[in-house]
Amino acid sequence: MTIIETKKLKKKFDGVKAVNDLSFKIEKGKISGIIGPNGSGKTTLINLLTGIIPIDSGTVIIEGTEKLVKIKPSQVSFYGITRTFQDVRIFEQMTVLDNILVVLTERQVLKALFERHKDYYLKHAEEVLRKVDLWDKKTQLAATLSYGQRKLLEIGRALAMKAEIYFFDEPFAGLFPEMVKIISNIMKELKRSNKSIILIEHNIGLIRQLSDYVFVMDEGEILAEGVPEEVLRKKEVIEAYLGD
Amino acid sequence: MEYLIHLAILFAIYAILGISLNLVVGYTGLLSITHAAFYGIGAYATAILLTYFGVNFFISVVLGIIIAVVISFLIGLVLSKFSGDYYALGSFGFNIIIFSIFLNWRGLTNGALGIAGIPKPEIFGVHFFSNTMFLIIAFIFLAVVYLAARFIVRSSFGRVLKAIREDEKTIQVFGYNALYYKLAIFVISAGMAAVSGSLFASYITYVDPSTFNLMESVFILVIIILGGLANLRGSILGALFLVLLPEILRFVGLPFDIAAQMRQVIYGIIIILLMLYRPQGLIGEYKL
Repeated sequence: MTIIETKKLKKKFDGVKAVNDLSFKIEKGKISGIIGPNGSGKTTLINLLTGIIPIDSGTVIIEGTEKLVKIKPSQVSFYGITRTFQDVRIFEQMTVLDNILVVLTERQVLKALFERHKDYYLKHAEEVLRKVDLWDKKTQLAATLSYGQRKLLEIGRALAMKAEIYFFDEPFAGLFPEMVKIISNIMKELKRSNKSIILIEHNIGLIRQLSDYVFVMDEGEILAEGVPEEVLRKKEVIEAYLGD
Repeated sequence: MEYLIHLAILFAIYAILGISLNLVVGYTGLLSITHAAFYGIGAYATAILLTYFGVNFFISVVLGIIIAVVISFLIGLVLSKFSGDYYALGSFGFNIIIFSIFLNWRGLTNGALGIAGIPKPEIFGVHFFSNTMFLIIAFIFLAVVYLAARFIVRSSFGRVLKAIREDEKTIQVFGYNALYYKLAIFVISAGMAAVSGSLFASYITYVDPSTFNLMESVFILVIIILGGLANLRGSILGALFLVLLPEILRFVGLPFDIAAQMRQVIYGIIIILLMLYRPQGLIGEYKL
């Protein structure tokens, strides 16, 4: 079953085509890898799908019914979508625990004003922080975490959303093997729960190991797609991305 | 003793202004330079209602809050679309507009001459003529504003404000409409500032536009930067320090006119030193 489909998605920056007439389908319950050289439009694609930057033209279809031509960032979570960022974006001057609690609580202004800590929020936050091995640091300011721990916190925040679709933008970049293992296990667990993952990654070994399906992007277009073993052997993919 | 009571009343008025502005600047990260406008709206509301219409002081406080809330809602609708430097510049512009209204709408505000003879508070036949009685009222209002602000910052709403301060775009991806939150806290803060204005008008018994100019907004900003951003007790500390500072300068032996000028210089030096060495203020939890 297709969970996200794009039709002729377009984005230009100062005349440069960052995403060019891009049409693709993401299957539910799979890990879909997106690879491609720097500047090929991978992150722009995620930013378009999560409303961080506006779409110039084209359509996004979610779960076959919800057609969107304009996406507001604040609507994204209501479609069951969450994400991490290539350049880690945590709430630095808030505690580790608050970084998780803030995405669990009431969205409506008036209700949020009269809402206090609730046990089930704390319990859920603890569960998430233990999963990313940060429970011991819950009272620390997020700014004091190491780079890897920040990445884990960002992934924990995405997990706390209990979303249906997860966009992970280079989650393994610059991490120690131990942390890579934690994140790989989280992704495998999400897949087992029938969640859909879109994984942007440069580490081909991890793409091979985790992805069910791979898209190769180049110059804002899909250059190739298919199961990892086949796609990564294609001549045009090797030429454009993998080199000799 | 009267002198100390006078200082304590001024402290309560500025502490309310500091606490309310801290909600916007310290907790939400919006550098607002328009707080004196809402302070002035509260002051003029009380001055006009008490002097011209004989309305009870406490009713005038409520009406002042309502007027400030309505005006701040309209201003906030525009400002909430901005962030960072643009927000500061936009708020700066609104302070100038409101000040010009105080100065030029003579039929309502009596222009530069201001409104004199504003009565002292009275409720159920009890008149608060003495400064001691007024001090009690001022501290009751300060306590109410402090507790309300504490309630806000400890709620889920307060946590979202901090997240907006940290990264507005990111928190939106998690389903929060930052515009509504920014607007709500701006309006709440303006309502609180109006309370200070009402207290000021009734205590001094005179208002004129010069009290609510841009420098006053900067002064309130200095209170919270000095005391500590995103810390309510910091606002109280900042107000205490800056209300006492001119008195300290006077005791040092500086002539009155020089002391007044020195005060402005010292405010400037305080901001510069804080930005250099302690951007979070004395007990703040957030760095600008």
